[in-house]
Amino acid sequence: MKVITAHNLTKRFGSFTAVDGISFELEKGEIFGFLGANGAGKTTAMRMFCGLSRPTSGEATVAGFDVFTQQEQIKRHIGYMSQKFSLYEDLTVKENFTLFGGIYGMKPSQIRENFGLTVGRLGIEKYADTLVDGLPLGWKQKLAFSLSVFHSPEIVFLDEPTGGVDPVARRQFWEMIYDAADKGITVFVTTHYMDEAEYCDRVSIMVDGRVEALDSPRNLKQKFNADDMYGVFLYLARTAKRS
Amino acid sequence: MRRFASFVKKEFIHIFRDRVTMLILFLMPIVMIVLFSYAVTTEVKCIQTAVLDLSGDFATRKIITALENDGYFQITRILHSPNELQTVFNDGKINLAVVFSENFAESLHHGAGASLQLLADGTEANSAAMYVNYAQGVLRGCLLDFNRMDGAAPVINTNVKMLYNPSGKSEYNFVPGVMGLMLLLINAMMTSVSIVREKERGTMEMLLASPLPPFQIILAKLAPYFTVSAAVLAIILLFSRFMLGVPIAGNIFLLLGLCLLYIFVALALGLLISTIVNSQLAAMLASGMVLMMPTMLLSGLMFPIESMPKILQWLSCIVPARWFIAALKKVMIQGVGFENAITEFAVLGFMAAFYVALSLKKFKIRL
Amino acid sequence: MMLKYLIIKEFKQIFRNSFLPKLFVMMPLMMIGVMPFAANQEVKNLNFAVADHDRSTLSERLVNKIAASQYFSLVAHCSSNEAFRLIESGDADIIFEIPQGFENDIVNSRNVTVSVAANGVNGTKSALASSYISGIVQDYSSDFQASMGDIIKFDIKPYYLFNPGLNYRVFMVPALMVMLLTLMCGFLPALNIVGEKEKGTMEQINVTPIGRGVFILSKLLPYWAIGLFVFTVSILLAWLFYGIVPAGSLLTVYVCAIVYISAVSGLGLVISNYASTMQQAMFLMFFFMLVFMLISGLFTPVSGMPDWAQWIAAFNPLKYFIEAMRMVFLKGSGIADLKSHLLALGIFATVLNGWAVVSYRKTE
Repeated sequence: MKVITAHNLTKRFGSFTAVDGISFELEKGEIFGFLGANGAGKTTAMRMFCGLSRPTSGEATVAGFDVFTQQEQIKRHIGYMSQKFSLYEDLTVKENFTLFGGIYGMKPSQIRENFGLTVGRLGIEKYADTLVDGLPLGWKQKLAFSLSVFHSPEIVFLDEPTGGVDPVARRQFWEMIYDAADKGITVFVTTHYMDEAEYCDRVSIMVDGRVEALDSPRNLKQKFNADDMYGVFLYLARTAKRS
Repeated sequence: MRRFASFVKKEFIHIFRDRVTMLILFLMPIVMIVLFSYAVTTEVKCIQTAVLDLSGDFATRKIITALENDGYFQITRILHSPNELQTVFNDGKINLAVVFSENFAESLHHGAGASLQLLADGTEANSAAMYVNYAQGVLRGCLLDFNRMDGAAPVINTNVKMLYNPSGKSEYNFVPGVMGLMLLLINAMMTSVSIVREKERGTMEMLLASPLPPFQIILAKLAPYFTVSAAVLAIILLFSRFMLGVPIAGNIFLLLGLCLLYIFVALALGLLISTIVNSQLAAMLASGMVLMMPTMLLSGLMFPIESMPKILQWLSCIVPARWFIAALKKVMIQGVGFENAITEFAVLGFMAAFYVALSLKKFKIRL
Repeated sequence: MMLKYLIIKEFKQIFRNSFLPKLFVMMPLMMIGVMPFAANQEVKNLNFAVADHDRSTLSERLVNKIAASQYFSLVAHCSSNEAFRLIESGDADIIFEIPQGFENDIVNSRNVTVSVAANGVNGTKSALASSYISGIVQDYSSDFQASMGDIIKFDIKPYYLFNPGLNYRVFMVPALMVMLLTLMCGFLPALNIVGEKEKGTMEQINVTPIGRGVFILSKLLPYWAIGLFVFTVSILLAWLFYGIVPAGSLLTVYVCAIVYISAVSGLGLVISNYASTMQQAMFLMFFFMLVFMLISGLFTPVSGMPDWAQWIAAFNPLKYFIEAMRMVFLKGSGIADLKSHLLALGIFATVLNGWAVVSYRKTE
């Protein structure tokens, strides 16, 4: 079963076409890199898949549900971490997880068990009762990711999850992403770090609201005759008309 | 210097982009002046009056006519029995009942005996006092008239003159008050909230880490609010001068100097609050509770200070708006010179110096 | 079930805030303990300067009579010019001038005129003050006539129904409780929701399966609970400080309060849907509250306002609740007497909450 299907999906704001007929399909357990310059339409596209924004035309399903009519069902089966999102700063780590576990209808015993596993994996048992406010940024981001997969969604959407963190922390973050993918969670991630694009199974590059390239990083590099993903990206970005 | 200029530009863009807030800021003073002047008058227009006149003689008729002719009283109900007094106030349509004693005219001449009851609906305490006050005025007038008809006893008349404001317009009072409120709102409340927002988002740390000296950062943050308040000030003055006809009787430079002084106090207070609190919500509530509420209550804008208990009168001395409004009334409407407002200028000057020093000190400590 | 988790979260956040719990204690104390003393439009202790050009026993007696009243205090006996200077410097509010030959004229049964010049900048205050002075002069005049022999006289006995001592506090306190509820149940939840929007946590909530009704309820219920608690405290304080208890039943008070709460929190929600930053929300709230407060009859009766203001007042939920509270506290009105008020508030609640639900968008 395809986890995400999109066919000619379009979003217009007045006369401005933010997303212009994009089409692709995602397999279960895939790590899908969603690239594009600022303003290329990445975030708008992602918000449509999350049920935060209603498409103008086209077709798309997420986890088997229609993005036009079944937005609330979609929300039950996805996880989401936005670039802006931090956890509730005035709640403790544990309280944040209990809250979102409860929101997704997890049983209290299940919340306890999963939380124990999560903090164990991150090695932050002793900070479980610390206010999020006082934690370093790298930790907050790891926690935010753990939270977005806490209820075992089928897909998790990550909107520029590693902004502002150092390379070491980014590396660790990607290990968490691989772990999630191994468990069968599909990962849909936007990023503007081209080295991160190399970690993805498949990459799509958006220019002016359209998907201009979609393949594995290796095939893309061959096709555009570039040494790395940065070369591919630059090649495509030069064709952009929007600034 | 160029760095500073670009930084100031960023701040300007920041606040002018928020159209809703800008609209409210420019609309609010006008709405406030209009509301305060026209809607919040303690003037009682039309006192719905009931009369119980069991005597029905020339004296009672004369008094009733005097009430009707006075203009404030509208006699809407004539009662026929004291029992009706029990229920006449229940539906809230009657404000005042005038009850004459029996054989009113006859007992007038026999020393004591004639009496007249004024029953007022006390639910609205203020208005009730007003109804009775007006009615007593009319009745005393009648009494003097009776005596004048009667004999040659002398009468002392009172000739009343309203200085500066012959027609008794409320705008004269509220324009200075609204200026005090608005300048505080913009310079203290908005400044504190916007600085705290940067703190909350973590962008303040970034700014402080930039090569710009902290003093210039503060200056750049305050500049747009200063500009906005100058614009609001201009709007208020133009609106009240040309639309409402409130005079600007005094020296305009003295007036502007006074406003400048007050703006400094307000900006410093805003800065001070922003160094103390950590969240936007706290900044709002703190400036609301510590600045706006005392200004509304204790500045003399709505409630006369001299009627308050002593302790509140003392407390009102630390409210900057109290001094500003008092000085503004003198400088703007009475048109008197600086020498008559020295106290107010001195107090405001002291406050400005004190709060600027305090907030700068606090700001440095935080660095 | 989800609601439970969300409400626990709200309470934790509220009580962890460094400022809010203090506010819950301070507000009723300020509103009930301090406000009634300050929010008083009575005019007292006005400073008056006397320019007595007669300097006679009779003029002296008149001046003393004015100075003895609670409305005025004498600051200076001086010349007309000096008195005017006192007005300019703000040390006097009123000049009272007695002409030369005052005593002589009265004794010889000639009418005389004294003059009052008031600083008219505050029109209401000066009008009231001069009417007080005129009253005192009229009284003096009658007294003097009485001393001259048999004259006509009748007593004027004022009597105030529902509030015999004309206690200003009995009248202010119920209205101040209304302000308290407005702040707690209208302002705070709105600011809270906009705060989540601004921080981005709202978006995270939007991608979860929480229904918008559940989310909004989770914001309102804690503030309703706290609002009613603070309201109860203020009723107790009113009794403790001033011995003010509702003449009607407490049940009526709470029924009105609950209907009002649902109306005012609906207003807060509508504002929170249109504001994108806390600053905007604050200004919108401040603006609406100011308009609502000024034309609610809180300080001045609605009946004395111009027609346009009365029209605005008809769409002002505050007005209905303030009126209802005063009727229960002072007149002892019951639910049956307040039918129209409750109906109006109920309509506000329905319209505002309906509007809030329609304008709240989880999806763009």
